[in-house]
Amino acid sequence: MTQQLAVQVKDVEMHFNMSKEKLESFKEYFVKLMKRQLYFEDFVALDKVSVDIPKGDVFGIVGLNGSGKSTLLKVISGILKPTKGSVTVNGSIAPLIELGAGFDMELTARENIFLNGSVLGYSRKQMKERFDEIVEFSEMREFLDAPMKNYSSGMVARIGFAIATITRPDILIVDEILAVGDFHFQEKCERRISEMMSGGTTVIIVSHAIEQIERLCKHVMWLERGKVKMIGDVTTVCNAYKES
Amino acid sequence: MKGSLQVFKKYSPLLYDLTSRDVKIKYRRSVLGLAWSILNPLLMMIVLTTVFGHLLKVDMTTLNFPVYFIIGNTMFSFFSEATTGAMTSVIYGGSLIKKVYIPKYIFPLEKCLFSLVNLLFSMIAVVIVMLFRQVTPSWTMLLFFVPILYCFVFAVGVSLILSALTVYFRDLMHLWSILLTVWMYLTPIIYPMSLIEDATGLSGQILRTVIQINPLYYFVDYFRSVLMFGTVPGLQQNLICFGFGAVFLIIGALVFKKLQNRFILHI
Repeated sequence: MTQQLAVQVKDVEMHFNMSKEKLESFKEYFVKLMKRQLYFEDFVALDKVSVDIPKGDVFGIVGLNGSGKSTLLKVISGILKPTKGSVTVNGSIAPLIELGAGFDMELTARENIFLNGSVLGYSRKQMKERFDEIVEFSEMREFLDAPMKNYSSGMVARIGFAIATITRPDILIVDEILAVGDFHFQEKCERRISEMMSGGTTVIIVSHAIEQIERLCKHVMWLERGKVKMIGDVTTVCNAYKES
Repeated sequence: MKGSLQVFKKYSPLLYDLTSRDVKIKYRRSVLGLAWSILNPLLMMIVLTTVFGHLLKVDMTTLNFPVYFIIGNTMFSFFSEATTGAMTSVIYGGSLIKKVYIPKYIFPLEKCLFSLVNLLFSMIAVVIVMLFRQVTPSWTMLLFFVPILYCFVFAVGVSLILSALTVYFRDLMHLWSILLTVWMYLTPIIYPMSLIEDATGLSGQILRTVIQINPLYYFVDYFRSVLMFGTVPGLQQNLICFGFGAVFLIIGALVFKKLQNRFILHI
């Protein structure tokens, strides 16, 4: 059974200790410690979330701002460690949580492509082979040797998307990133994502654009204040979500 | 253990790319570029050996003071630059840590590697001074990498501790720069070791004890032995150097491992 699951999230809880103010100096820390004012507020971002995502599924996550969607994605991709519970992931993950994370604006696009590739854990050889493909997809050949700080945000996003999607990961995580770029490039991105889906990649999408979720996903989870409100196929959950 | 080695291997291109990024950014748009890495220690050497040579009345006939100074200073600068750069590296890497999974120790380790590259460039300055001051060549010079390696391991250990703690207490940045200055004066760099050996009274006794527990003294002394005195330190000094490096590396790894899961909440 577990062989067919891409991601298994089991009773995951994520707590944050929210101190009322950020203590960043020794003095403050000791003064508060002496006065016994080191209170923390326990904030539960995810509360007993369990979900099984089968291989090859296109899974959407909906919910209002602050419902824990991005936290869940971060837990799945290994950026955050859950306070309780466990996450099992079968296969490689490409996080598209924010495009262009790790670009250094002082470097040129050419240098950044290699840097970002290694941030995502690709080998040098892979990057050299795919370099032209990335440049082709992002349509940025003429600006390749200009420092990235002179780029527009749309141009940065194009390169980011091109790098993150060059390899065929087993699991692709997409967090609100399809909102960047002009409509022509958005279409191109969606085409590439559908291409990956047909190639058997499991896709997890978070979006506020409910039409996009309806168009792309098979199953949807609805999160509310860190709790699972509903999991099911796309039409039932989306209709319930729209009515709320 | 095997798993973490695999992760390290997977991310070693990142280590290389981050280091080369730092090198590129450091020298981009400066006219003299790499020459600064050579000029800087040379200028320091000229000023400091002139001033301290006179102040301390160093006998230049028995001690090749400019060479003595630049060798010690090069090693200490490496340590100071590596730890200072590394301690804020996790904080500055925050934008990445929040978005992608990367082993977090990459950041302090990368800063140490970057300083190691700078050290190798500064070695050119050391060679220039040694040629100019006519140090007799010796085969022991080929062992120059041994003390560098010891010091590197030690610096990585200290960097791991500092970078993890600085995430929680940013004051450490200011405290560390003061500590480094004190540490430099407690390491025989701008004064000959004989000055400490000849010191009398209680203060001399205290100074000698402090220097004996100072890891950097052993690295610097090793460096000087192979480069300017043509001697190879014995087993005991090798064990001391190795011991300091290993102990701090282990402590550093443990501290870092314990604290790293909560980094993301503080950066």
